[in-house]
Order: sequence, then C-alpha cells, then structure tokens
Amino acid sequence: MLWQNNGRRSFWREFDRLQREMNRIVNDFVPGTLGSFPPINIWADEESVLVMAELPGVEAEELDVSIVGDSVTLSGERRTEQADDGDVRYHRQERWQGNFSRTMQLPFRIDAENVEANFRHGVLEVRLPRAAEDRPKKISVSTA
Amino acid sequence: MAEAVLERQEAREMEHTERTRNRRVFTPRVDIYETDDSVVMMVDMPGVSEEGVDIILEKNILTISGYTDDSRPENMSLAYREYRVGDYERTFALSEEVDRQGIEASMKNGVLKLVLPKAEEMKARRIEVKATG
Repeated sequence: MLWQNNGRRSFWREFDRLQREMNRIVNDFVPGTLGSFPPINIWADEESVLVMAELPGVEAEELDVSIVGDSVTLSGERRTEQADDGDVRYHRQERWQGNFSRTMQLPFRIDAENVEANFRHGVLEVRLPRAAEDRPKKISVSTA
Repeated sequence: MAEAVLERQEAREMEHTERTRNRRVFTPRVDIYETDDSVVMMVDMPGVSEEGVDIILEKNILTISGYTDDSRPENMSLAYREYRVGDYERTFALSEEVDRQGIEASMKNGVLKLVLPKAEEMKARRIEVKATG
C-alpha cells in the first residue's frame, strides 16, 4: 500500500486507519468475544513500536509472539486454575479462558532479530524496532 | 433455598468516600468457586505486583485493592488503545462460615488467588440419599 512518509502526520494516519479497521472487526469490545483477548495498547515513535497486552494468569511459556514482515501475532492459551479435589461449584465465573490469537499490523516492517519481549505481573511488553530497510531515506536534491 | 454454604454479595461502594490517589479504579474480574474445604477467589489484576495488593477484612467485609505503577514509555505516543491502566478494587461480604485465621493469599502473573477455608463445623457433609420403595 502506497503512502507518503513525509513526516509525522502520515505516520499517525496509518494508525488511524488501523484503529478504524480494528473497530470494524471488533465492534463491541467484550472480552471473551473471539479476537478480543488480550486487550492491546500500542505506543510508537519513528523508530519502534511498543505493543503492550494484558495477559493475567497466562504462563510465559504458553505465550507465543511471532513476527512476519510488518505484523506481530500474539497467541497462546489461558487456562484458569482449578482445584482437582472433589467437586467444584462455581459461584462466579467472569474471567475468560481459552485459546487466543491476535495479529496486529504495524505501520512499518520490523527488525525481527532485535525484538525484545518481557512479561511481568501479567503484562506483556514487546518492543519492536523498525527494520533498517524500512526507514525513510533522505534524498538530497541537487540544484541544476 | 440455601444451596450455597456461603453467600456472597458485593457490598455497595460508599458513594462519598474518595481515594487519596487520583487514579482510575477498575473492578477486577473474578472467578469464585467452592470446594469441600474452602472457597477460592481468583482475581485478575494485571500490572499489580505482590507488594501492590491490599487485602483488608473488617468485620465481614473483604476489600481487595490492587495498585499499579503509572509508568508510561518515554518519548513515545499512544497510537492505539484498547485498555486503560489504573488501580483495582472490589469488595465482598463474607458469611460467618469463613475461618478468618486461615485465609491465604498469593499473587502470580497478575492474578490474586485467595483461599478462604471453611470453618470446621461448616464443611459440607455428604448425605447419602437412599432410594425407598
């Protein structure tokens, strides 16, 4: 998709488009609806993107973060702990559980070698640097 | 109509108390289940560490609070948001059948697990139903 990389404005336009697309797909954000776990926030600057996701109760080993080109996919399984002894009677069950997979498209391609992910207190932070070849190159204009 | 040994309701928040911290407060989602020996609560509070949890039991009111850091990435702008960050709070009224001394709490991956043991004399006794006739 062609878009001009002429400064900050176009950069944010890309995220606006992303948000509109997301809003179309997940119209009512009800956790538990297919495609809406985990909730995700995205921070960005010109050089990198930081994806944050709330994944309480998920084990780090069961969390999969994968990158292809300009998109990042978070997937895994959230199981809620249960007592094995005897009968279990639920009084309330509000926490969503199951398999999840969400793919976020980012406004630039990612340098997959230098991605850092850290998972603390149930919050995942993935830092994705922009791929070198995807950085804007300054073209000098010569006067004839 | 008393199938559940323990009844639990949420205490209504007192509308006029203010918190000293000026932070958004969310009601965390919980799962509550009952076994023969205890009642277990799992509370989702992502972003809260062990030190950030306060559990207060006053008379029969159990208040769970979770505090998160207000740390934002430096020099970055929020481009897309699905969730807001804030503190958590939820209150429950426990019945007398809970053995208060034995309440255990542990925090892992942003989930608080509270085990509320049932007082000895209240543990469910299984009653056999004999078929007659």
